[in-house]
Amino acid sequence: MNVVTPNKAGVRLTKRLLIPLVVFVLLVIFLALGFRLKDAHLLPSALINKPFPEFALADLLRADLTRSRQAFIGRVSLVNVWATWCPNCLIEHPELLRISREEQVPLYGINYNDDADKAVAWLQRHQDPYVFSIVDDAGSLAIDLGVYGAPETFVVDAAGVIRFRHVGPVTPLVWRQQIRPVIELLRRRAESDASNKKNDA
Amino acid sequence: MVAGVMVTGVILLKTPGADAAIDVYAEAQALDGEQKARYESLIDELRCPQCLNISLAGSDAMIARDLRREVHRMLLAGKSDAEILEFMYQRYGDFILYRPRFKLSTLLLWLGPLMFLGIALLVLWRMIPGLRAQTDHTRLSRDQQTRLDALLKKAE
Repeated sequence: MNVVTPNKAGVRLTKRLLIPLVVFVLLVIFLALGFRLKDAHLLPSALINKPFPEFALADLLRADLTRSRQAFIGRVSLVNVWATWCPNCLIEHPELLRISREEQVPLYGINYNDDADKAVAWLQRHQDPYVFSIVDDAGSLAIDLGVYGAPETFVVDAAGVIRFRHVGPVTPLVWRQQIRPVIELLRRRAESDASNKKNDA
Repeated sequence: MVAGVMVTGVILLKTPGADAAIDVYAEAQALDGEQKARYESLIDELRCPQCLNISLAGSDAMIARDLRREVHRMLLAGKSDAEILEFMYQRYGDFILYRPRFKLSTLLLWLGPLMFLGIALLVLWRMIPGLRAQTDHTRLSRDQQTRLDALLKKAE
């Protein structure tokens, strides 16, 4: 007969008791990863590192002009989705004005699901930080961009590829900590590519 | 906090959107029977990107209204369900699909339940001999009977 000493049985018992603990710890790790302390409203963008979508939309202030993605090609630029119905657009507006004045980066606007007359009046009242704004009154470009609210801001590189997206207002902090570093990185990369090409030639 | 403000903005602004949503449903009436059924199942299967857990069908958010209109437009253009879902996936990623795609990062999601069933069956299978043995607990084994007899004899 198999004789089990009390000691051995004790060890087996403790091991068994550990199983729920191990399962619990695994569960905690799993849930901690799943419910990371981040805002569930912020969706990861499906468009990072993809070309800015094609469009042909009217210029808000000069309705006779049709703009296309060609306008964003050649240098790193910022594209900001805004609307007059969007309270956070007003919140970020002073920072956008500052960027357009002080920073060496062109800022373009997409006037999203809005009334053109209201939008023009809004820009007159609050000043216009944009090189130009395009009229996306049907929200079709916004859908191509995966936009789900306003404001949203994209960093587009010199080749017209989307490199960064920020959902929510651009505050001075967001500019310093997130957007400016991306722009600087893209410029450095472009410079080193250019010098590599020169060396190759 | 930022997103909270955005959501509040959407809630404040949703009333005009609600009317437009009804318009889209009116548009849906123009679809033929088969298209209408597909329209309804598609907007039920796609999640509103602005809301955390509401389908396009159930949301009054502006983006949900726009995406419903997009689904409607693509149906009229003769696009297949797969093409429409792919269109949404390209723009909004995994979040928009209520039925996640089968890929490495969703592997656990798809196979998890099967895995747990497997574990349950394994545990059950290992417990069966024990359960069987337990049913005999009322009767004494031959050894135990002998010892009991001896003890009783001693007690006398």
